[in-house]
Amino acid sequence: MSAAQIRAEDISVHFVGVKAVDGVDLTLGYGEILGLIGPNGAGKTTLVNALTGFQEPTGGRVFLDDVEITGWTPHAIGRRGLGRTFQGIRLFRELTAFENVELGALGVGASRKEARMLATELLERMHLRDRADQKAGSLPYGDERRIGLLRVLAMKPSFLLLDEPAAGMNEGESDDLTTAIGEIRNEFGCGVLVIEHDMRVIMGLCERIQVLDYGKTISLGTPAEVQRDPAVITAYLGTKRGASAAAAPELPEVPDAS
Amino acid sequence: MTEVLQYVIDGAALGSLYALFALGIGLIFGIMNLINFAHGELVMVGGYVLVFVSAPSTIVRVTLMIVIVIVFALVMERVAFRPVRGARADTLLVTSFAVSFLLQSLAIVLIGALQKSVGILSSLNESFTVGELSIRKLDVFTVAVTAGLLAALVVFLGRTRLGVQMRAAAEDFRMARALGVRANTVIATAFALSGLLAAVAALILVAQTGVVSPTMGLTVVLAAFIATIVGGLGSLTGAVLGGYVLGALTVALQATLPLGYRPYRDAFVFAIVVLVLILRPQGLISSRAVVERV
Repeated sequence: MSAAQIRAEDISVHFVGVKAVDGVDLTLGYGEILGLIGPNGAGKTTLVNALTGFQEPTGGRVFLDDVEITGWTPHAIGRRGLGRTFQGIRLFRELTAFENVELGALGVGASRKEARMLATELLERMHLRDRADQKAGSLPYGDERRIGLLRVLAMKPSFLLLDEPAAGMNEGESDDLTTAIGEIRNEFGCGVLVIEHDMRVIMGLCERIQVLDYGKTISLGTPAEVQRDPAVITAYLGTKRGASAAAAPELPEVPDAS
Repeated sequence: MTEVLQYVIDGAALGSLYALFALGIGLIFGIMNLINFAHGELVMVGGYVLVFVSAPSTIVRVTLMIVIVIVFALVMERVAFRPVRGARADTLLVTSFAVSFLLQSLAIVLIGALQKSVGILSSLNESFTVGELSIRKLDVFTVAVTAGLLAALVVFLGRTRLGVQMRAAAEDFRMARALGVRANTVIATAFALSGLLAAVAALILVAQTGVVSPTMGLTVVLAAFIATIVGGLGSLTGAVLGGYVLGALTVALQATLPLGYRPYRDAFVFAIVVLVLILRPQGLISSRAVVERV
């Protein structure tokens, strides 16, 4: 077990009549990239909401570096080093690109001067300095995505939880994003959890993959192991839900790491 | 020409007062999605503080009033609105109605239903002349104080750490919280600012009319509500613009309506407001965040 990690034990989130998450364990080590996949409605986002304080779990406990953070407020968890994005980019459209990035640093207690310096540095690193004064609402889609990532990176998180970061991207943009996330992990050393439907991104990026279905973990392992797991194939080919195989996302071939 | 200029000055003064009212409502709506109908009662509290608190100088008396209203706004947030934070918009609305009626009723029970007269800044009710223009000092004071407050607010929201966080929270509260923005700090600051605006509005209103009553907040909140809707809910610039448009419209109708129709001036104002909203339901300045919320 690595020194720094997120550890979730037996997490359940029950709504009226629905067990959205039902007794899920999850660990994410420092510097690791973990994929969290599953069919629509499997409970992926609800689990991330429970980890980040946006949804109080019905049961179970969440630890960050052995400190229990269950029930903490989202901003307290953010300040503790757990940064997240939401489905969709959700930039502050009336604020400039610079202010968006600056906000990430301000939120974790940086002074205005420190936040401005960090925002400048991050924008330069992603070659977005010339976009700094542009309102976020007027940025091209690709730049919006990158500013969204920089904003959460400005929090200097120990862990990044990315909810469908490649949604709406074409193949080329998804490949660029995959490269960028890998570089971020290498450069910042943070652990990354990625929820994603694009299996090319997941298989190309993650060291481990956890698969949820109906709120439960049905598989956990390397991409090659998960890809061969009959439970995953069943869930994705839709026999449980009666969906057609053609409509299910394809699990691409990956080299066996073992 | 002189007459037109006179109306411009009157419209600017009335519009400034409406803009102060509307900004108080707009600030809270932007952050909490709450139309705070109890904002008018903050103005009422300010009025009664001026009635009952005496101090060696006007500056001390006014400062004391501003501090008390700000504290009152913070207590209102903590006691009434924090427990329902994140609830549906209709729950928030009913809560604000309840707070408004509670405070009005308390004022009637504790102080009485009759108006109380109060003298504050009486010298500002005198006029001075520029050419053929007769300008009331209070109108100049109102426009200048509003301009000063607006400038300070622009600097606060644009240049300070808390201001940038407030603008972000006004656009997407959930995302702002994920980025470490403290909900309690941002909302309390919005209520404190709203209290400050209400206190200044109370000072001007009481200086103009010389009376305070338990129901004085109704007029305030009605004007504020219309101005924010006309300007565009969720936009602070819209709230200010809505205030000035409402002020200008009121003065223009007062000046141009035939004598027999003038008692019905407000009916004409509201009819025009309805027309504006039919043509532009999102208000003069639309806020994307609000469109998404609705």
